[in-house]
Amino acid sequence: MANIMVRKSADGGLSFYLPKRDIEDSITSIEFDSPEKWGGEIKLGNGGVYYIDPIPAPRLPISVRARRVDGVE
Amino acid sequence: MSELTREQAQALIEEVLEVYPEKAKKDRAKHLMVNDKSIEQSKKCITSNRKSLPGVMTQRGCAYAGSKGVVWGPIKDIIDISHGPVGCGAYSRGGRRNYFSGTSGVDSFCDINFTSDFQEKDIVFGGDKKLAKLIDELEGLFPLSKGISVQSECPVGLIGDDIEAVSKKKAVEIGKTIIPVRCEGFRGVSQSLGHHIANDAVRDFIISNRDEQAFEGTPYDVAILGDYNIGGDAWASRILLEEMGLRVVAQWSGDGTLTEMENTPKVKLNLLHCYRSMNYIARHMEEKYNIPWLEYNFFGPTKIKESLREIASHFDEKIQEGAERVIAKYTPAMDAIIAKFKPRLEGKKVMLYVGGLRPRHTVGAYEDLGMEVIGAGYEFAHNDDYDRTMKEMKDATLIYDDVTGYEFEEFVRQLKPDLIGSGIKEKYAFHKMGVPFRQLHSWDYSGPYHGFDGFAIFARDMDMTVNNPCWNMLKAPWLKDEAEGELKAA
Repeated sequence: MANIMVRKSADGGLSFYLPKRDIEDSITSIEFDSPEKWGGEIKLGNGGVYYIDPIPAPRLPISVRARRVDGVE
Repeated sequence: MSELTREQAQALIEEVLEVYPEKAKKDRAKHLMVNDKSIEQSKKCITSNRKSLPGVMTQRGCAYAGSKGVVWGPIKDIIDISHGPVGCGAYSRGGRRNYFSGTSGVDSFCDINFTSDFQEKDIVFGGDKKLAKLIDELEGLFPLSKGISVQSECPVGLIGDDIEAVSKKKAVEIGKTIIPVRCEGFRGVSQSLGHHIANDAVRDFIISNRDEQAFEGTPYDVAILGDYNIGGDAWASRILLEEMGLRVVAQWSGDGTLTEMENTPKVKLNLLHCYRSMNYIARHMEEKYNIPWLEYNFFGPTKIKESLREIASHFDEKIQEGAERVIAKYTPAMDAIIAKFKPRLEGKKVMLYVGGLRPRHTVGAYEDLGMEVIGAGYEFAHNDDYDRTMKEMKDATLIYDDVTGYEFEEFVRQLKPDLIGSGIKEKYAFHKMGVPFRQLHSWDYSGPYHGFDGFAIFARDMDMTVNNPCWNMLKAPWLKDEAEGELKAA
């Protein structure tokens, strides 16, 4: 489990930030993205995959706990 | 040397790496690359923020340098105690020339070294009592200080002193903010982690202090983050922002005060100059206080104009008009400077190896002067810095991370740049090689370089370095005659 921060990037997409290791990347896809349910599996530009427990759509940016599912750190 | 092709540049890297043993070669190869603009993500071709190889000459600093020297040091009304042996504080005192307005020793404390001067007995019995005594003495001698930060040096972490407890107790006693910062030098691979630790300490002990307090805001409040006022940089930036109609509430941390920092969560936009050392706190404020942040670049007229317009786009028409007015006001002066210096500098090649933001931010300023950056590298950058750098640099230029003394000298020998911008550790080596050099960490005792006013000084400094007649006098007269004689004979 790692603390990550999800924020809206300037181009309108989402971006991923892992403070502990200073890794910033774009989020290419997110499993759930509706007002009631947000989160699930997120895929990163570098090929990494993380899982966030779904929550109602939050105000971004938000720090959440995420689980690394696959790929690079 | 004419421009390199991609293959030549790659061959140069391989040639330079040739002298290393197999294992070291494999490791160093990951830190050197030839720029390719088509690559979006730097991590595919360059590795950064890794531990330096033992045995090579690295130019990096430590976490204490990143915290005390960079982030905390320039805050003028906070006393920074270098908690530990005397040397760290003595050698990080004032060298960065973070200017401030105030009376040193009365209400400003940037250029004084405060240290607990650990002796053997403090290592054996612990230094907490000494720290408590030191804080009492400081309070007696410098009653106008607004706060105290305790910057730990290596031994404090090793012997396990509880500086947090002492700080907490003393803060209640003297009624001032006391911030323990766990920035022992051995943490992390470079000063970069020190920046992060310092930002976290600001977040924990300063940023929310005035959340409940009323603040008379305007819709045009901004804060300058990551400008350390080296040679007056932050002032040169600030006047431009104020001229276009914005109100600068805080400067982080050059010429900054504790109160300014506490008021920062009330601003409408955070302007971030040094991304590497202050993005952490900008991200925190974005999440907690919903303040957007924006990276900007105040080196060279082209980039300044871009940045001013981008900053203005976050505000209403009044500010946008203001930005255009500022640009129109300074453009004739900038054109005159470019007309004066460009003919003298056109086509000159530059190699950079600095920290933080300069290897990418100054590229635009050099290009304004007709110069070309053929190599750039950082001491302590992370991959997100290289993502940004690759866009600024031309194709087939060299990019080097945590370059070793040997590699850098060898690159310079082969590429023969007309100017090198790097730190004091490289300066005299390259002077002896006869290559013009500017110390770009603290502007070689000049500055400011930010803003329109700074660009005038930047252009003058580059000209007087590159075109200095001394570079033709490095050879002794009798040796020179011989060389010329041989040329004539041939």
